[in-house]
Amino acid sequence: MKKKDFYLFIIPSLLMMFFFIAVPLAIVFQQSFYITQNVFQEIEVETCTPGFLKQICKTEIQTKPKLDLNGNLIKVSIFVGLENYKNLLQIEKLKKAVFNLSLNEIENITFWKAFRFTFTFCLITLPLVISLGLLIAITVNNLTQSIKGPVIFISLLPFIITPIIGALAIRWLFVGEGILTSFIEFFLERDIALFASAWTLEILMIIYRVWHVAPFAFIVFYAGLQTVNKETLESAVIDGANRFERLRYIVIPHLMPLIIFVSLIHLMDSYRVFEEIVAFSSQAYVISLQWLTYDFLTPDDTGNRLINRASTSAMLTMVGVTIIILPLLKRTWEDYREGKL
Amino acid sequence: MIETKSMKQPFSLKLSSSLFVVIWCLIASFPIIWIAVMSIKLPIDAFSSNPIAVIFGPVTSNQRYSLSFQELFFCTLFAVLFFKFREQLYTFYSQFIKFSYSVNITFFYIFSIIIFYFAFKAFNYFIPVIDVLNIKILGYTFEHYQTVWIERGFSNYFKNSVIVTFGVVIVSLTFGTLAGFALARTSSSIAFWILVIALVFRALPHSILVAGYLPFFMNSSEILRPILGDLAPTFFGKPYAVIAVLVAINQPFTIWLMRSFFQNIPSELDEAARIDGCSHFQAFIKIIMPIMWPGVITTGLFSFMLGYNDYLVTSLLLDGQNQTMVPAISGLFNRDTSTTDQVVAVAAAVSITAPLFLLVLFFQKQIVSGLTAGAVKG
Repeated sequence: MKKKDFYLFIIPSLLMMFFFIAVPLAIVFQQSFYITQNVFQEIEVETCTPGFLKQICKTEIQTKPKLDLNGNLIKVSIFVGLENYKNLLQIEKLKKAVFNLSLNEIENITFWKAFRFTFTFCLITLPLVISLGLLIAITVNNLTQSIKGPVIFISLLPFIITPIIGALAIRWLFVGEGILTSFIEFFLERDIALFASAWTLEILMIIYRVWHVAPFAFIVFYAGLQTVNKETLESAVIDGANRFERLRYIVIPHLMPLIIFVSLIHLMDSYRVFEEIVAFSSQAYVISLQWLTYDFLTPDDTGNRLINRASTSAMLTMVGVTIIILPLLKRTWEDYREGKL
Repeated sequence: MIETKSMKQPFSLKLSSSLFVVIWCLIASFPIIWIAVMSIKLPIDAFSSNPIAVIFGPVTSNQRYSLSFQELFFCTLFAVLFFKFREQLYTFYSQFIKFSYSVNITFFYIFSIIIFYFAFKAFNYFIPVIDVLNIKILGYTFEHYQTVWIERGFSNYFKNSVIVTFGVVIVSLTFGTLAGFALARTSSSIAFWILVIALVFRALPHSILVAGYLPFFMNSSEILRPILGDLAPTFFGKPYAVIAVLVAINQPFTIWLMRSFFQNIPSELDEAARIDGCSHFQAFIKIIMPIMWPGVITTGLFSFMLGYNDYLVTSLLLDGQNQTMVPAISGLFNRDTSTTDQVVAVAAAVSITAPLFLLVLFFQKQIVSGLTAGAVKG
């Protein structure tokens, strides 16, 4: 393909990504170093009270927010350097908390609370999703052909459902005297409130996420299982390998690239954990990094949006993204060098 | 492969794996089925802690509508027969009506539902009522759906969802196919870097981007006034602005997926067309696109899901009147005033899920191929 044709084909897509992804990123980066304030001005105000013969007048200097011609508040952005980052990260407090080895103190700093949850969430859901997906794929592969279709259909439902609706469905099963809560209470023989403490909420979120993503892992692994070399399996049988050994030494290594692929996609997506917080209304107990930015962007009671703080937390979120995505980039680079891409 | 004795599975393994699959299917479908059941019950039944009460709805059955044993039996019979003979029925039906497959199958289901309705009426009319079987057992009511769609303005939100979703699908496919084709047919290093950057963009949390849009979108009329004059629009709250944002967010995934589909089409095809005198663009439209439809449909489905399911971007960038369905639901489940409101929220949730359910029903194959396209080769 000639250079000119290549650019003609790709330019609409590139422009889209440039203006709506690259430019906003640059803007966010810039905003994170500024704060936006109302402009105040000092006005000399003379207040007079009626008095005999002569009015009693006082002049005093007041600071008032400056208005423009339409009566709106005038705002200016001031460069503050790393001030926003310092406010959000609270390094001093963190140091103290780490020094005291107190998780509670860390949890008291909003940003680190979100950070802690986001990372534990990613790391706990990952092995669960992979193993459940693998288990479903292997068992479904054992079934007779005719019922595979319906099983795949049912498995796709949790994956395709709107994330927030899926989380709500789980919430309604457990909220208050929901049937699953009653079920657990029946076994524990005591009342429980799953939505009133951080760790129960986190478990519910993990359950929801695994339910939502395992089908994806299952479908990918199932497709991979169709390409396992049957002759290798047969020769393994002849060599006396039992079922578990065949799984361990032939099937799993064959699926390894897919396992890595699913892991990376899952890490990327679970790092963005957000809908669970909204659906479970858990902001008092559990928050995530993306939710933190979202919260700054949502207008408060006076209609203000904390854009600069949001930008700062967004930039800090970016750091985590790069760590997660590095192995994926490395793999893509290797594929490219070997000409496999 | 010859079925050797040692490759055969012992009965215990077969049994346990079937059992596991059954349990998985239950877990996978249970929450969804359950909210569907809850949504047609009165609040007192829907939030009862006794599952039997939720399923059969004794209070709903007393105060609203209900099905008797005999009617329930008829419904089940009809459903089972329909499922069993659906292929024969479809062959019979398609002798008379010939459109494209997708139109045909839609009409097929609509006809089946109409026939079912009349058969049900006829059944109730002709079959004498046997007292024992006429006990009302399954209560149902559709009043919550009425509340959601009429009083709470979901018909308006639905319209907005349709606009945003289809806008996203159409624009994102147009741009994505062009770019995917270009990327599949070149081996230059620029293409590689574009793909890598797309990969990085794919990983970005969407809230980061929204933090970049918000100040500009809210003040865009002032910022753009020097260029556009009085025509300068405020982007905030406009569906087309949200469509643009969602298309951009979706582009990285779209071009990766499209590229992998295009790579499956041998480049000899468009080279042949080029030798016959087509330009690149003509070859693309006349030769490649007709055989690319499966890939386009698959990619379109994923764009559809992104546009339809989005909560974060739409809730921040759209205002009340232009709101889509998914963010609108947060206004329902957060009002914890009464359980009626909760059931209304459940009905809203089911309404939002229904189109997605149909999507899986009709496009299961395409969704599966989309999920595996990026993975199996990589």
